[in-house]
This record gives sequence, structure tokens and C-alpha cells, in this order.
Amino acid sequence: MTVPVFFGCAFIAFGPAFALYLFTIATDPLRVIFLIAGAFFWLVSLLLSSMFWFLVRVITDNRDESVQNYLLIFGALLSVCIQELFRLAYYKLLKKASEGLKSINPEEDIAPSMRLLAYVSGLGFGIMSGVFSFVNTLSNSLGPGTVGIHGDSPQFFLNSAFMTLVIIMLHVFWGVVFFDGCEKNKWYIL
Amino acid sequence: MATTRGGSGPDPGSRGLLLLSFSVVLAGLCGGNSVERKIYIPLNKTAPCVRLLNATHQIGCQSSISGDTGVIHVVEKEEDLKWVLTDGPNPPYMVLLEGKLFTRDVMEKLKGTTSRIAGLAVTLAKPNSTSSFSPSVQCPNDGFGIYSNSYGPEFAHCKKTLWNELGNGLAYEDFSFPIFLLEDENETKVIKQCYQDHNLGQNGSAPSFPLCAMQLFSHMHAVISTATCMRRSFIQSTFSINPEIVCDPLSDYNVWSMLKPINTSGGLEPDVRVVVAATRLDSRSFFWNVAPGAESAVASFVTQLAAAEALHKAPDVTTLSRNVMFVFFQGETFDYIGSSRMVYDMENGKFPVRLENIDSFVELGQVALRTSLDLWMHTDPMSQKNESVKNQVEDLLATLEKSGAGVPEVVLKRLAQSQALPPSSLQRFLRARNISGVVLADHSGSFHNRYYQSIYDTAENINVTYPEWQSPEEALNFVTDTAKALANVATVLARALYELAGGTNFSSSIQADPQTVTRLLYGFLVRANNSWFQSILKHDLRSYLDDRPLQHYIAVSSPTNTTYVVQYALANLTGKATNLTREQCQDPSKVPNESKDLYEYSWVQGPWNSNKTERLPQCVRSTVRLARALSPAFELSQWSSTEYSTWAESRWKDIQARIFLIASKELEFITLIVGFSILVFSLIVTYCINAKADVLFVAPREPGAVSY
Repeated sequence: MTVPVFFGCAFIAFGPAFALYLFTIATDPLRVIFLIAGAFFWLVSLLLSSMFWFLVRVITDNRDESVQNYLLIFGALLSVCIQELFRLAYYKLLKKASEGLKSINPEEDIAPSMRLLAYVSGLGFGIMSGVFSFVNTLSNSLGPGTVGIHGDSPQFFLNSAFMTLVIIMLHVFWGVVFFDGCEKNKWYIL
Repeated sequence: MATTRGGSGPDPGSRGLLLLSFSVVLAGLCGGNSVERKIYIPLNKTAPCVRLLNATHQIGCQSSISGDTGVIHVVEKEEDLKWVLTDGPNPPYMVLLEGKLFTRDVMEKLKGTTSRIAGLAVTLAKPNSTSSFSPSVQCPNDGFGIYSNSYGPEFAHCKKTLWNELGNGLAYEDFSFPIFLLEDENETKVIKQCYQDHNLGQNGSAPSFPLCAMQLFSHMHAVISTATCMRRSFIQSTFSINPEIVCDPLSDYNVWSMLKPINTSGGLEPDVRVVVAATRLDSRSFFWNVAPGAESAVASFVTQLAAAEALHKAPDVTTLSRNVMFVFFQGETFDYIGSSRMVYDMENGKFPVRLENIDSFVELGQVALRTSLDLWMHTDPMSQKNESVKNQVEDLLATLEKSGAGVPEVVLKRLAQSQALPPSSLQRFLRARNISGVVLADHSGSFHNRYYQSIYDTAENINVTYPEWQSPEEALNFVTDTAKALANVATVLARALYELAGGTNFSSSIQADPQTVTRLLYGFLVRANNSWFQSILKHDLRSYLDDRPLQHYIAVSSPTNTTYVVQYALANLTGKATNLTREQCQDPSKVPNESKDLYEYSWVQGPWNSNKTERLPQCVRSTVRLARALSPAFELSQWSSTEYSTWAESRWKDIQARIFLIASKELEFITLIVGFSILVFSLIVTYCINAKADVLFVAPREPGAVSY
């Protein structure tokens, strides 16, 4: 729509995440590293699911609509599974890392706790997922036009921004719950 | 940050949300830029109005560098303009103008209120029998012909005869907003539908947002005049590693050929006499690269092509005492670029034929709209003040009348009183030397062409129409009445040239072929991609022909499509197919009896064979050549010259048009405020929670569990 809308939607989508980052993560360098590593793991999971999607598209080669719809649903499910798999992988990595850190440094002050790492990893996943899902729409909101000429809702940008906000928060919560389940070996949680 | 529901996993609701979000994400990522497709509808079949510059002025249109956006308003009658100019509450407006309202009055009004106009989109009107539209000036090429305040002042500035009476001069005005032509009816319908859905309020009240808007990009880099833009380009190219050229001179090539081959490496002897037959190749309109030019250019050069073919068929061509030069000047619309360059080259010995060799000059003006069979012969009164020139002109007119006597369908008429020459290439030759010349035209006073140099000067303007049920191949060979009339004019011209060149015996056997004329007219005015045009061109030029008519604007990259097609058509009609192979055709120096100085050899595609599987290419030998048509002002770097044409075209990066919806400014600011407040709120909440974290988060003391 224009610059006000661009900034408004950017603040809506990334405001809370930015606030969380500023006050809880930016203070400790170790937390920043874990955040970025978490974001990277999400990226790799996206890469994997997009490779699968590309292969599937090449194989089916744009046939009729219903096949495409089923493929879309299948693709979405698959990417969710891959993402959770990578969350598990990150958990395993962090477990090894925190054991390693504990062995180097017996005092517990420096090493962050598992619950903190859960929160940090969730935030990392969330920020990266939010950025990827929303930046494209955000860049289109800089132009002079708004959505609607083909009949879609004119509130598209606002809706996407709120959706992204929600997803980021959800990723944080899922991270905490997931790691908690893994810690306590309550596998049904996953 | 602990959750109280430590035991239960993510419930189905949030999983579903995750699923939905991922499908949205994937759909967004896989569709490329599907958000952009939701927002914009691009308009692909448009023609912009671009900026042209001459020595002193700039003409044309300009948009801002990031495009001009405006709320669409459809203007179908003059009263609708009030909304745009005064009443409408959401300026600036993008006016969608009906073609018939594209007049000087409306444009004056729009020009006056530029703060409320973002741009203009014009639809094509259906011209009827009484309408007229000519954006050219009333006195074309004034100041670059022979008549000036010092020479022939009573004829200067069209004092006695206003040639283009219906001209409104719009094409030579400077507009500060972009103007586009909407060529496709379907796109116009889409825009009007969008307008009716969103931009009409109830009962004349203000419509509510979101509104349908259009954005036009046509930012031109050159400003002020040719002198300024060429100087800037020159500085750039001299001092910068990555030069940013801002304008290009209008240039192309003239097409010329001789009846008897001459040695082009040297000049002609002074005692060789040449009769020149000239016409123009180009036209223009208000919009860029739209120049159908049926009456103003095509009919004339098609007639001359047919006359050249007819003359070459005469049996005693090689024994004529004088030679004949057929020349097709490019760029005559823009102050005689082609003819001024040829005169300059002739004066400086850069052209094989010199001014001394010219015996007489016959030019074809606009010839397709003859009323009652009359073809008028215009001569220059100022040069005839000299007795010997007067006698030569008398002989010339007498010869013409004698040749025209054999063709009853064309009645050659002299003018009753002395009148200026119409805008023609002969004027540039007369500026250099007093030669005897005549311009043949269908008008005695002002033009009969009601659409001179406009987008409506199409096949319909000269009554070239084909029945609907015909296939392209049938239409190619269908002889229209206009083709027959032009063939008669070509016959008269060919016989006159024969007699002027000294021929006597076979005058009455020279006949132009209406079949040739109609095929040429079809190719240039209706559909360029036809079997005949494809067969006469070289292999790598075949993509220059598409399914629409050719546009005859001179442009800046050369040679243009029209120049190529005319060159190869003339080669086909006047040349000979030889038995040379492809390698010999490209280098005929090894072949005995063939000379690259005398002839041009081109390897053309040829017609299909009988099975239509492949073409039968051949080597065509002709005397047709191209001569550079760049104004001498650019050769001499005299960019503010008033002697030679200085027309240049600006460069641009991006020309496009698109429509979309825009939201109100209030909504935008509300979004910004909401976002800002969410940001501030979350900052405050996070800070507070963080400060009180140790109070809020008391982890249960469990063996093995690590507390926060």
C-alpha cells in the first residue's frame, strides 16, 4: 500500500518478537548464538521440504486441479513433519552442547538451562519462519496498490501481519513444550 | 515462560493452525510472486507518448521517475471533465479519455490543471466519415524548406496555402504528465469495469475507498533541447567509465537504386545526367512507434516501387541517354532528415551522384486520395523566376502531360496560380541548387488527408478494405480499387520517367502491375507476415515481420523494419535472380562478370517449394543500396542548428502501465498507529516481565530439573 502500511505491518508482525529479543536475548551472547542456530535449523528444514516439493512438482508436472490440491496438503503435512524433526534434532544437539559446556565449566552460572534454551530455540524458529512467510508480502506492501482488484479482501496485509505475529508466538510455545516433553521423556507430547 | 499445561502436547487446534499457515507459506513461496498478482493488473497493449527534442524545444510527455498514480476517472463526454478539474475529492486523477474527445480544447484544459491530473489514457476511437484528427502542425516542416523570410517571404510559413488545415499541433506540445494509448479493447473494458465497481459513488457523492487507480511509468531522461542532451551525453561518454547517454538522434537509412548500374566506388562524370524520382518512407503520430502512415507515406512509396518495377521492364533501358535514380527518403517527417543528408553528401562528394548530375526531379507526394481522377503538379515559383529554370520546368510539365495522356484514369493538372511547394524533399534540393522539379499530389490546396500523421491514417483511410471471409493468402492477392488507382499513377510516373530519361519507343508498353501494388499495400498496411514478404527477405530478417501492419516511424535504431522491407522489395522488383551459390553471393569478386561496385547481391529466402517443406533460396542482384540518413547537424556537431534537422529522441528505462486498488490515507495511518502501539506495548510488557522474572517464574524443585 505504501510506506505507512509497510512499517505498520512490520511492527505488528515483528514487534513482540523484537521486544523479546531486545530484553531477553540480546543481553547474553550465548543466547544470541543459540537463537541464530535455531533459525538456521528451521531454514534447513524449509530447504528439505522445498526440495521434496520441487521433486514432487517435477514428477507430477502440473496436472489437473484436484491432484494439485492433494499435493499441496501432502506437501504441507510433510513440511510440518520435517520441521518438528529438526526441532528434535536441535534438541539433541543442544543436549550434547549443554553437557559439553557443563564439563568445561562446572559452575552453573554461565551455562543456560534447558528451559531457557527451549525458549530461545522456539524464538529462533519463530523469527525465521515469520520472516520467510511475511517478507514477500511486506515488500509488496511498499508499492502503491492494495489487494482487492480480483475480489480478495483489502485487509490482506493486516491479516497476514497478525497471522505472522501469532505464528512466531506459537513457535516459542511449541519450542518450550517440545523440549519439556523430550526432557521428561513424555514422548506422547510430541 | 513456563506453561501450566506441561503434560499435554500441542492440541489439534494449534496443529491445524500450523497446517494452515504452512499451506499459506508454501502457496506463497511456490507461486512466485502471487501477492503481486493479487494486487496489480498489468496493461500490456499500450503505446506511450515519449519525449522528442529539437534545437530549441522539447515535445511529448514526461512522468515522474517512480511512475504517476491517479484515481481512474472515465471521461466520455465533456461534462465528465468537471469532476476531474474541480469537483472530485480524491485528486490526482488518471483520466481515461474517449478517442473522440482527444482534441485541442480538452487538452488545453487538462494542461492547465496539472496538480489534479496524474496522467491520461486515450482509447482508440472509430473514425467516421466526417471526423478528422491530425496532431501535426498546420504548416509541416516550416523553416526547413526553401521558403523563409529572406527567400520567398510571401510563401513562407504557409501564408498563401495552409497545407494541413485540420492540424491541431498536439504532437508538438510539451506535457508534464504521461499519456498512453490503449490499443486493446479488452483492456479498456477491464479498466472501465474496475471503475464502475469501485469509483462510482451513490448519486454523485464521493465514492468510498478502496478506489481503482492506474499507474503510468514513462520517465524520460532528456530535457530542454537537443543541444543540452547531446552535450550531456557527450560529457558522459568522454569522462565516465559507465556513460549514461540521455538521448539519441533520429536516424535511419535512405533506400536508393539506379536504373542503369553505376560504379559506386567513384563519382559520376559531370556530363552524366540523372533523373531523380523521390518519395518519403516515414510518418509519425502522437504516440511512440505507432505510425500507420497509409496516405502520408505508404501509398506514395508503394506507387514508386511499382513504377520502378514497370520501368525496369522496358526493353531499351540500357540505351537510355539519361539514368534514373529512385530514392526513398527516411525521416522527412522530422524536418527532412534523409533529403538534407543526401544533399549534404552530394555537395561534399560523399555520394556517387552529384548535384550537377541532376537533370530533373519528380517527387510523389500524397497520391491516394484523388478526387475525380485529378493529379496535381506542384512546382516552385521562386526558382522559376530564373528563365532557364522556368523553361526546364515547362518542358518537364509538358513531358509529364504527354506521358499521362496515355492513361485516361489519371488527369494531370497544373495549378492555376503560382503557389508554394507542399512540404517535400524537393525543397531541400532547391535550397542547394535551382533544379527543375515537380511534386505530384492528389491535393491542389490543403491536404485531402484528414488524419495526416495520426494513429487513424490506416488502410481504411485510403479505402483499402478486404472482405471478411478471405484468408490472408487470398487477401494478399486481392486487387482493391485503391490498388488499381495507385497502379495507374505508377504507370504515369514510369512513362514520364522513361521519356525524361530519353526513351521514345516503348512508352506505351510500360504498365505498372496492380497485383504488385496490392500485395505491397497488403503487406505494409494490413499484415506484414505474408508469404510474399517472407520470400523476398533474408533469412535472419524474417522475425521483423509480424501479423500486424508495419509501423513507419523512423526510430533511433537502424535500419527499421520498413527500410529493410522496402530495400528488399525494390531489389526483388527491379533486380534479377542469378544462379550464384550462397558463397558466391556473399563474395562475388571471384565470379566473372559480377562486380560488387556495380551491384548489390543478397541471399534471400525465396518461395516455398511445392511440398512446402523448405524454401528455395536464391541470390538477387540489384542496384539497391542504403545511404545513411542522419542529419548533418549531428555530423557537424551543430546541435542547435537551424539549417539542418536536429530531432532527437530521449532515452528511458522503463515504460509500463498497470491498474490496482488504493486504500485511503486514513486506513494507512491507522495501520501504522496500530503497529506502533503493538510494538510499544510489547516492549513495555516484556520489560516488566523480564524485570520481575525471578518472582514470576518459580520452577518446582525437582531432582534433575534445571531451574531458570
